Amino acid sequence: MSNLGPFVRRDRLWHPPHHAPGYKTSVLRSPRRALISLEQSSSELTGPKFGHARLDPLDNDMIRNYMITGEPVGERIIVHGRVIDEFGRPVPDTLLEVWQANAGGKYRHVNDGYIAADDPNFGGCGRCLTDQNGFYFFRTIKPGPYPWRNNGSDWRPAHIHFSIFGEAFAQRLVTQMYFEGDPLIPLCPIINTIPDTRARQMLVAQLDMGNMVPFDALAYRFDIVLRGRRATFFENRTEGT
Amino acid sequence: MPVEQLKETPSQTAGPYLHIGMLPAQAGLTTRTQEKLSVLASGTVEGTRIRIEGCVHDGAGLPVRDAQIEIWQADSKGRYNADGFLGWGRAGADFKTGEFWFETIKPGRTPGQGGQPQAPHLSLLVFARGINIALHTRMYFDDEAEANAADPVLRAIELKALIPTLVATRTLRGSTIVYRFDIHLQGEKETIFFDI
Repeated sequence: MSNLGPFVRRDRLWHPPHHAPGYKTSVLRSPRRALISLEQSSSELTGPKFGHARLDPLDNDMIRNYMITGEPVGERIIVHGRVIDEFGRPVPDTLLEVWQANAGGKYRHVNDGYIAADDPNFGGCGRCLTDQNGFYFFRTIKPGPYPWRNNGSDWRPAHIHFSIFGEAFAQRLVTQMYFEGDPLIPLCPIINTIPDTRARQMLVAQLDMGNMVPFDALAYRFDIVLRGRRATFFENRTEGT
Repeated sequence: MPVEQLKETPSQTAGPYLHIGMLPAQAGLTTRTQEKLSVLASGTVEGTRIRIEGCVHDGAGLPVRDAQIEIWQADSKGRYNADGFLGWGRAGADFKTGEFWFETIKPGRTPGQGGQPQAPHLSLLVFARGINIALHTRMYFDDEAEANAADPVLRAIELKALIPTLVATRTLRGSTIVYRFDIHLQGEKETIFFDI
C-alpha cells in the first residue's frame, strides 16, 4: 500500500446529488453550499479494521440468524460477489453490513408500521467480511416491495441495503442492491436520484443460475466497486520535509 | 479516447431503517444487544476521556431523529489504527430527541498532507433517510485555538466565518469533559461538508 497515493476524486455527477426533489425527504436534508475539497491526509487514507473476532458464525446467514420456531417465510437466495476498486484491485478483509425487509416487505424495526406481517423467524440483519480476493457471500430471504410516503404511495422495489467500509474512511460507501427484472426499479424515486442509467444498472444484481443451490436457493451476483488509490509516480513534497 | 477506470458503485440513502443493519439493538432486534459502538475508549486506553454530544438539524431546524453518525479518529498520540484502540465509533440519534453522544478520548495531532501536523480532530460521516450520499465533516476542539489556526485544512477554507461550524464547544459537567457539536444540514448555520 505504501506506493499508493490518494484516492481518485469521487465523480459527484455519477452519484446522486444531495438535493434530489423527486425524493422529497432530500429537500430539507441537503446542504446548499458546495462541498469543500479537502486534500487527503492520514485522516482520510486510513480506516477501521474489523477482524473475524467481532463476527458470529451465523452473521452471514439471515435465513438462520433470527430463526426461533422454524424457517423464515419467503424465497431462499444466496447473494454473492466481489468488492474491487476502480483499478480492479480486490478489496480484502473488509466489512459488509446488510439489512432488509422480510418477504412481505416489512422491516423488523420499531418505527415500521406497514400492514404486512412480521416474520418472527427473520431479522433482516447480516454482515460478512470479504476474503483475501475480495469475494463475499451471504444467504437470505428475498425481500418484498413495500409502499412509502413520497408521491402519495410510491413503492420501493425489492432491495437489500449495503454498508461497505473499504480500507480507508474515504472509501466508505452505503448503497442498495436491487434484483434483475423487477418492474418497480424504473419507477423508484430513490434509484432515480442517480442520474446515469449505467450507474443505476450497477445496483442491479443479476440472477446467477450457475451458483444456485439445487432444491434450496437461487443465487444473485452483486459486485461492488469502491474508490481506487492512484499510484504515486513522484513524491510531491516540499524540500526539507 | 482517454483511459477509463471502472466507475464507483453509486451511493444510495441508508434509509429510515438503517439501524437494523448497523445498530440492531436500537431497531429493536434482540441480538448484539451488548454492542456499545458509541463508546470507543475502554479502561486501559491512554488519553483524556471526553464525551461528545450533539444533534443533526435539517433545513427547517428540526432534529434528524433517524440520523446515524460515525466517527474516525487517532489515539491520544496521533496514531491511526493504534494497537488496542479501534478509533471508530457509531451512534444513532435518539428517536425522541435526535441527540447523539460518544465517549472517547481526545485525539492527538496527526500528519496532514505533505507531513504538516493537523490540529486534533475527528472525521465524521452523517447518514440518514434523505441523505443520498453520506456527508463528511470534521470536528475540531475550541480549546485548541493555536493548533486550529495552523491546521492545513482549516487554513484552506476561504469563508472563515464558516469555520466555527467545525469547532466543538467544551464544557465541564461535574468532572466530565463534554464537547458539544451540532450539525446543520442546511440553512444559515449550515455545517461545512467536505469532498474528500
